[in-house]
Amino acid sequence: SVNPDLASERQAASFSVEKLTALLDGGAEQTRIRRAVVEAVESDPEFSRENQYFQTQNERYESAVRKAVHLQKKMHEMGWTENGPEYKYIYRALSGDVAFLLHRVFMRSISVLGSDKQIAKWIPLATQHKLIGSYAQTELGHGTYLQGLETTAVFDTATQEFILNTPKISAMKWWPGDMGRSATHTVVFAQLYVHGKCYGIHPFIVQIRSLQDHSLCPGITAGDIGPKMNFEHIDNGYLLLKNVRIPRENMLSKFCEVRPDGTYVRQGSQKINYFTMTTVRISLISDEVLTPLMKACTIAIRYSVVRRQSKLKPGEQEAKILDYQTQQEKLLPQLAAAYAFHFINDYLQELFNRGYREIQKKNFDMLPELHALSSGFKAMITQHCTAGVEICLRACGGHGYSLLSGLPSLYTKILASCIYEGENTILLLQAARFLIKCFMAASAGQPVPPSVTYLAAVKHGKCPAKNKLDFLSPDIYTEAYQHVAVRLTGSTAAKLQDLIQSGVKKHDAWNQCTVQLVQAAKAHCHYIAVKNFAETVEKLETTAGIQKIMKHLCDLFALHGIFSNTGAFLHDGYTSAAQMDMVTASYLDLLAVIRKDAVPLVDAFDFTDKSLNSALGSYDGQVYQRLYEWAQKSPTNQMSPAYERYLKPLLHNTLSKL
Amino acid sequence: AAAMAVNADLRRERAAATFQPELLTHILDGGPERTRRRKEIEALVFNDPDFQHEDLNFLSRSQRYEQAIRKSSLMVMKLREYGIADPDEIYWFKSFVHRGRPEPLDLHLGMFLPTLLTQATPEQQDRFFMPAWNLEIIGTYAQTEMGHGTHLRGLETTATYDPSTQEFILNSPTVTSIKWWPGGLGKTSNHAIVLAQLYTQGQCKGLHAFIVPIRQLGTHEPLPGITVGDIGPKFGYDEMDNGYLKMDNFRIPRENMLMKYAQVEPDGTYVKPVSDKLTYGTMVFIRSLIVGDSARSLSRACTIAIRYSAVRHQSELKPGEPEPQILDYQTQQYKLFPLLATAYAFHFVGAYIKDTYHRINGDISKGDLSELPELHALTAGLKAFTSWTANAGIEECRMACGGHGYSRCSGIPDIYVTFTPSCTYEGENTVMMLQTARFLMKSYTQVTSGQQVTGMVSYLNDLSRQRIQPQHVAARTVTVRINDPTSLVEAYKSRAARLVESAAKNLQAELNHRKSKEDAWNRTSVDLVRASEAHCHYVIVKLFTDKLANVSDAAVRAVLTDLCLLYALFGISRNTGDFLQAGILTGAQITQVNQHVKELLAVIRPNAVALVDSFDFHDVHLGSVLGRYDGNVYENMFEWAKKSPLNKTQVHESFHKHLKPMQAKL
Repeated sequence: SVNPDLASERQAASFSVEKLTALLDGGAEQTRIRRAVVEAVESDPEFSRENQYFQTQNERYESAVRKAVHLQKKMHEMGWTENGPEYKYIYRALSGDVAFLLHRVFMRSISVLGSDKQIAKWIPLATQHKLIGSYAQTELGHGTYLQGLETTAVFDTATQEFILNTPKISAMKWWPGDMGRSATHTVVFAQLYVHGKCYGIHPFIVQIRSLQDHSLCPGITAGDIGPKMNFEHIDNGYLLLKNVRIPRENMLSKFCEVRPDGTYVRQGSQKINYFTMTTVRISLISDEVLTPLMKACTIAIRYSVVRRQSKLKPGEQEAKILDYQTQQEKLLPQLAAAYAFHFINDYLQELFNRGYREIQKKNFDMLPELHALSSGFKAMITQHCTAGVEICLRACGGHGYSLLSGLPSLYTKILASCIYEGENTILLLQAARFLIKCFMAASAGQPVPPSVTYLAAVKHGKCPAKNKLDFLSPDIYTEAYQHVAVRLTGSTAAKLQDLIQSGVKKHDAWNQCTVQLVQAAKAHCHYIAVKNFAETVEKLETTAGIQKIMKHLCDLFALHGIFSNTGAFLHDGYTSAAQMDMVTASYLDLLAVIRKDAVPLVDAFDFTDKSLNSALGSYDGQVYQRLYEWAQKSPTNQMSPAYERYLKPLLHNTLSKL
Repeated sequence: AAAMAVNADLRRERAAATFQPELLTHILDGGPERTRRRKEIEALVFNDPDFQHEDLNFLSRSQRYEQAIRKSSLMVMKLREYGIADPDEIYWFKSFVHRGRPEPLDLHLGMFLPTLLTQATPEQQDRFFMPAWNLEIIGTYAQTEMGHGTHLRGLETTATYDPSTQEFILNSPTVTSIKWWPGGLGKTSNHAIVLAQLYTQGQCKGLHAFIVPIRQLGTHEPLPGITVGDIGPKFGYDEMDNGYLKMDNFRIPRENMLMKYAQVEPDGTYVKPVSDKLTYGTMVFIRSLIVGDSARSLSRACTIAIRYSAVRHQSELKPGEPEPQILDYQTQQYKLFPLLATAYAFHFVGAYIKDTYHRINGDISKGDLSELPELHALTAGLKAFTSWTANAGIEECRMACGGHGYSRCSGIPDIYVTFTPSCTYEGENTVMMLQTARFLMKSYTQVTSGQQVTGMVSYLNDLSRQRIQPQHVAARTVTVRINDPTSLVEAYKSRAARLVESAAKNLQAELNHRKSKEDAWNRTSVDLVRASEAHCHYVIVKLFTDKLANVSDAAVRAVLTDLCLLYALFGISRNTGDFLQAGILTGAQITQVNQHVKELLAVIRPNAVALVDSFDFHDVHLGSVLGRYDGNVYENMFEWAKKSPLNKTQVHESFHKHLKPMQAKL
C-alpha cells in the first residue's frame, strides 16, 4: 500500500502526469516502447541489481560482464537491433550497469577512422564478439591535451610494421574502460614516426590479449587501475607497450596512410571526424547526466514528503520536511533545472541532427558553432546536474548517506561526467574563444552564427520591471540574462584587447583573462537555456495543465539563476537593488506554488522502483520498512571474524591486566 | 620506490618560497613545543609495525571493520602504556592510528565514557565506569532513530517504569522508532546509553538516558528482547559499524537510568533536574571540534591538489614551450588558492572557538552562564558554515585533479566521504543556521527596542543610529580600501548588518499578514539562513584579520596577510550581489576587487607548495599517491594499481565463466 503521505500528494496534481511523461519521451508511442523495454529487462533476474550495494569490485565487474553477455542473448530473443527504436532505452533500463561500453566506442572509431577495407575486416569480428575492443587514448600523464601524448609508433619499412612503445611511465595508457581485464584489442593513439619524422597522433589497432586463453600478448603489460569513486563494474585499465609490432594495415587509414615505402599521405577532410567527437559530448547528456539528476530529484522529493521533522505549528503533527521553505529552496530549483536541461538537450539534439545533414552535404559552416555549443553546454549541464545531485543527497540528511538511499552512487557516477569527454574548465574556455571571436566580428558588423547574433544588439537600457509580478514575464528575465551575457563577453573582450595593446603577448593576455572568460561562457549558456525553456513553454499545448506547470518551472529556473548570482545582474545597475528584492519575493512565492505539484512532477519522470534502487525513493513511500529490510541483508550482519579474533580478547581478558 | 629523489618541480617550488614553513607549522600547532610533541606521537604510531596494514582501498567493508577493531584495541592499550592522557595528544594518536578515519570505539571513548562521567551518580560510576574503562563493557550512545534526527523531542522510544519490579520496560513501538545510525552499535558494543521518553505514573516526562545492556557478556549474542545489527553500506565510514537497535519489552533495573540530574524514585515519583543549560557546553565543544575538522580536512585536500598541480604538466601556455605545470593556469589558481586561504581561516576560527570554550568553561564552573547563549549560537552557525564550505572545497580540490582525482589512490574521495556527514550530524546544517538566526533576530529586536548588545553582534547597535534614514540602508557609504583587511572587515560587517536587518523586516512583514509565528518564521527562513551566513562570514574574516597582528615573523605575516586578503576579497567577488545591493561597494569597486583577486593569485603562486607543506601532514596520514611529499606520482600510481583486487590473477575468472563461452557460441 502507498504511504498516505505520498498518496495525498498525488491527489492534488494540477496536470496530467501521463501527458507530461509522454511529452518528456517525445510522444505516447515512445513511452510505450520505453516501458516495454524496461519491463523486459527488469523482469529478467539476470539483470537484477538487488545486491549491488553489497558487492565488492570483483563481484561488480563479474556481474557486469555476465550481464553484457546475457544482453546479446536477450536482444536476439526480443528481436531488438542496434538500429531499432528499442535500442536507446536498453542502457537506461540497465541503469548503465553493464560491461563492454568501450567495445562500442572501439567499433565506432573503426567505422569513422578506418578505410573501407579495415571496416570490412574488423566490424564483423567485433559485432560477433570474436574480439572485445577498447579505446586507449588517455595516458597517465596526459589527458585533454591530445598533442601531449607520448606513446610512439615507429614505422619499420623492412618488415612493413609499426613498432609501438611506451617510452616512459607517464606515457602509459591509463583509464580506458574494459581494458583492465576484458579487452582483446584496443585502438591505441600514438605519435607516428616515419623515417625519423614525427607526424603527430594517429590511431592503431593493437591486439593485447590472446584470443585463445586471454593471456597478455608479448610486449604487453596491462591490468586494472584499481578502485575508483564509482564504476566498480568497469575494468578501467592500464597498458604498457614494449616493442609491440603490428602490421602496417593496422593503422586506421581513412584520412592518413603510410604507404609501404614510408610515404605519408593525408587524404580527405578530418572535419567529419572532429564532428563525431563533438556529438559524443551531447549524446552522453541524456543517459549519463539528466537521468541521474532526475532520479536524485525523485528520491529526495518523495522522501521529503514521507519524512516528518519538528513542528511547524504547535499542537500539530510534525511537518513533512518538504513544507519547510529551506528544503523547498534546496530541491525545487534542481527539479526545475532537470526540466530546463531536458528541453535544452532536445534543442541541441535537433541542432546536431541538422548539422549532421549539412556536413554530409559537405557544408561545414555550422561546425564552429556546434563545437562551441557542445563544449559550453556539456560543461554547464554536467556541472549543474552534479551539484544538483549532491544537493539532493545532502537534503536527505543522515539516510541520504546510506548507500541504500541510492544517492551516493548516483552522485559518484555523475561527477565523473565533469571530467570525461573534456575537462569542464577547458571546455568552457573553448566556448569562450568562440564567443570572443563572434563578439569581435559582430562589433565589426560582420555576420555571426544564429546563437550569438544577440551579441551584436547591445542595448544599454535598464530592467523595466516595476513590481514582483513583472519578474514572471519571460521577456523581462530573458532580457536580463541576455544583458549579463553581453556585458561579461564585452568586458572580457575589451580587457583582452587592452592587455594586448599594452604589449602583453596574446597567450599571456588570454591566461590572465581566463577566470572572466569562464564566467562569460557560463552566462552565455545560461541565457540560451533560459531562452529555450521560455520558448518551449510558449509552444506547449495549453490542455491538461502542462503548459501552466512548465511555465512555473521555467520562471523558477530563471529566477533561481538570478537569485543565486545577484551580483552579475546588479553590477552595472541594469537591475536595481529594489528590483532584486522583487526577484527574491517572486522566487520565494514560486517555491510554495511548485511545492504542491512536486511529487507529480517527479512521478512524471517515470522511473520504476527497480531502476531507482533506493530505499528512500520508492513509489509507495514505505521508506522505513524498506530501509530496515535491506539493512538486514547486509553482509556485515553475517557473523564477522572480527569478534572471535579481536573483540573477544578485548572484552574478556587482554585489557584487564592494565 | 620509497627511496626516490624528490620530484624536480617540487624541489624548485620549495626553494622559491619566501618564508620558512616550520614557523607557520608552529603557529598552526600552537607553538614549537607542541609541534615537536605532535611529531613525536606521529613517529610513535607510524614506526609501530602493529599499526601497519594493506592499503584500505583494496579491502572489503568487513575487512576494513576488522582492521579498525584490531587497531583500536591496540590503540587503547598503547595509549595507556605510553601514559598519553592529554585530550589533544589522544586525538593526535587516534587520528594517526586510523589515518583520520572514524573507528568503532569512537562512540565508546567519545560519548559513552564522558556521559557516564557527567550524568551518572557515584553509585552508577562504580558499577559501570571501571568495566567500561577496561573495555569489558563497550558502549555506544543511541539517540537518533530511523524516523527522527535533529528534532529530539520527536523521538519515540519509550521507557516505562514498573514500580512492582522496580524496572524500566524499554520499547521501540514503531518502525520509525528503531535506533538507527549510532556508531559501534551494529557489531561492537555490548551496552548502549539509550535516549527514550520516560513514562512514570502514567505521565510522559520527556527524554532521559538509560544504560541498556544489549549483548550477552561472554558470547556477544544479542540479549532476548534485543534486535541489533549493522545498517549496511554507506558512502564512507566503512570502518564504522553504524547500527540499529530494536527493543521489545526489554527490562532494565531502575538503577540503570542515568540519575545525576533527573531521578525516578522506587515508587515512581519523578524528581526534576535543576537546569538544562549545562548541556549547551557539550554541544559547543563538539561543534568546535567540527570546525577544526573542517579546517584539517580541507587542508588535506588542498595539500594533495596543490602538490599534484605542481607536478602535473598539461597543454601549452606559450606556443612552442614545454607543457607548463597546471598550477600556472589562472583558472587552476582560482580554484585552489581561495580554498587554501579558507583552510587557514578555518584553522584560526577553530582555535578561537576552542580557546573561548575553555575560557567560558571556567566561568561556567563558577556559575556564570552569561556568555553561553552567544557562544552556542555562534558555534552552531560556524559549524554549518565551515562544514558546508569545506565539503564543497574538498570536491573542488578533487575536480582540480582531473581524472586521477577520481581514483581512490588520490585519497580525496576518502576525505570527502569521511567528511561530508558532518554537514548532517551534531545538528543538520540548515537547522544550525536557523538557530544562529534566532539569536540574531533576538539581538536585532533588543537593539530596536533601545538596548545595547555585546559581543560579535555588537555591530547591530550601529543600525539604530541609522534609523533616521528609513529604508535606505543603501545610502550609507563605507569607504572600503581593498588592500586593507581591517577595512574589509568593516565591509563584511555592513553586509551582515544589512542582511540581518532585511531578514528581520521580512519576518515582521510576514507577521503583519497575521500569519502564525511559526508560519512567518518558515516563510522567511531562506532570508534568515542568508543572514546567518553573512554573520558567520564576517566573524571569520574578523578572526583571520585579528590573527595577523599576533604573528611575529615578518615573512610569515606577509604571506598570511596575502591569504587573508584573498579570503576576504574572494568572498566579496563570490557574493557581489550582497555588497552591491546594500550599496557597500560600487560596480567599479567590484571590478577592482575581481582584478585584485587575480593579482593575489599571482602573488601567492610562488608560496603555494610551501603553504601546504606547512600543514605538515605525514604521507601515511595524507594517504594519497597524488599528494606525496616527494611528488613521484606516476611511478607510485602504477605500483598502487598493481595491487588492485582485479589484478590478483593474470586472467580474471570472468573470462572462463562468461567471455569464453560467449565467444564459443557466437
